[in-house]
Amino acid sequence: MASYFQNIRETLGTIFEGLAITASHFVRKPFTLQYPDRIDIPIQDTLPFRYRGLLDVDLEICTGCLACERACPIDCIVIDARKDTQTREMILERFDIDLAKCMFCGLCSEPCPTGSIHHTPEFEGADYSLESLVRRFVKAPVAAYKPTKGPETDPTIGPVLKRGLRYLDEFASPGAS
Amino acid sequence: MQQFADGLMEPGGPLAGISTPLGYVLVVALFAFLILNFIMLVAGVTSWVERRVWARIQSRIGPNRVGPQGVLQWLADGIKNIMKEDIVPEQADRFLFKAAPYLTMMGFFGAFACIPFADGVIAADLNVGVLYITAVTALVVVGILMAGWSSNNKWALLGGIRSAAQIISYEIPAGLAVITVVLFTGTLSMQGIVEAQGAAPWKWFLFANPFLFVAFFVFFTAALAEGNRTPFDLPEAESELVAGAFTEYSGLRSLLFFLVEWGNLYVIGAVATALFLGGWRVPAVTDNPVLLGVLQFLVFFGKSYFLVFIAMWVRGTLPRVRVDQLMSLCWKYLVPISFVNMLGAMVFFVLFPEGSPVVRFGMVAFGAALLVYFLSRVVFHIRRARPEFHLSPFA
Repeated sequence: MASYFQNIRETLGTIFEGLAITASHFVRKPFTLQYPDRIDIPIQDTLPFRYRGLLDVDLEICTGCLACERACPIDCIVIDARKDTQTREMILERFDIDLAKCMFCGLCSEPCPTGSIHHTPEFEGADYSLESLVRRFVKAPVAAYKPTKGPETDPTIGPVLKRGLRYLDEFASPGAS
Repeated sequence: MQQFADGLMEPGGPLAGISTPLGYVLVVALFAFLILNFIMLVAGVTSWVERRVWARIQSRIGPNRVGPQGVLQWLADGIKNIMKEDIVPEQADRFLFKAAPYLTMMGFFGAFACIPFADGVIAADLNVGVLYITAVTALVVVGILMAGWSSNNKWALLGGIRSAAQIISYEIPAGLAVITVVLFTGTLSMQGIVEAQGAAPWKWFLFANPFLFVAFFVFFTAALAEGNRTPFDLPEAESELVAGAFTEYSGLRSLLFFLVEWGNLYVIGAVATALFLGGWRVPAVTDNPVLLGVLQFLVFFGKSYFLVFIAMWVRGTLPRVRVDQLMSLCWKYLVPISFVNMLGAMVFFVLFPEGSPVVRFGMVAFGAALLVYFLSRVVFHIRRARPEFHLSPFA
């Protein structure tokens, strides 16, 4: 019999306290971010540098070493490169990434010597057809990047390379630097 | 309503010269049209308000895109549901399956005939008003059970059976709480019950004596269970029964069930307001009868909508009970409490047939103390969380 009244007392007490707790939430600020339109800055800008979004390739610093193609476990990267017999340069003829297949594992960006292939904070990849998800980075055959001895001097390539190496430092081999 | 109809049919009135039965039918149709539109609006807006209130309890924003602050969300939902296909399962009992939403709707719509919105503004002031409301809202269970059975789906049937067990069980404490009120008024008419109370809070039945105070909470809990509200929404417990009795419904038919759910919320608030919170009573501040009527309606609506808000708040606070907990709460706690409460009220009535000012004052003081203690607990929880404040109800 004592437990009967104890139950009634506990029921009333806990409901009372519970209502007080939820009432205190009425004055709190909601946490909701109203993606995509009612936010102060694009959500991509708030993501960390190491965010694994859609893949991108900086073709200026791609050496054509094919390390990423070999590393990809699901073969979503296809590269055609040949050696020019006259100038002895690597010529990139095709660099396709099928983002529909890509699983954002990041294994391709780890062996990249210059950080040319890397993830971006961009994640809005939705499209109406699978074909349009294949990103073709080589529009016309282009010579691959050849690392120079000493610091990079080309003013257009310099910043890109710096960014790629930072990417390698922070993402591909964390803790190495 | 009969006086109103007779007034219209008098010589010189707008319906003069029409045969009496036809005139009554016209007036009934007019009242039904007005009330139907009123409840559609209230149920629709309630669905939006509930989602916003619930969202703020969970530190979210809630629907805010359709119209300013999302107030037209219910219209968008309604249009979407109307345009959806009305699917009847192959193995279902077609006739019962199609009839069930209308029966549920009737049970809920019928209750509005006896809800006193203001002095004289009531569709039918039956002398058995409260009894009629208790009886006609029980028709909802027939519709839900019918929906559950005719769907030919095991979840739907389980939901229907749970609903039947739940609503019929909770009729008992609700009825006993109503009887406690009727004991003091001596009438079952809704207007009579409202007129037996006063405008000021200390003249409400809620604070008349401790037994009516308890009866209010018993009635409100039982009414929440009858209206299938969380924490008692077992008939459509989505985590275990998909959508319970409504699993197989789609389009407009499913919309009717949701309309009943949100509309019932207002019925709960309105009946509790009329029985315990003084109904539409306001002090005589103006001689203009129209202005006074509007004021009475606003006061009644405000009070009943406050109770609707409390029901939303409770929904945001408490988890769903289990079936055995639901039944033990009713039969082991609410039913004995309401019986003892009714006996106590009888003894009180014999001792003080006219009510006791001392007890009344004590109850008001107790209620005020409870409110102050509650607010102090709210402040305690706010202080402990040290939140970022956002006082506007909109975001």
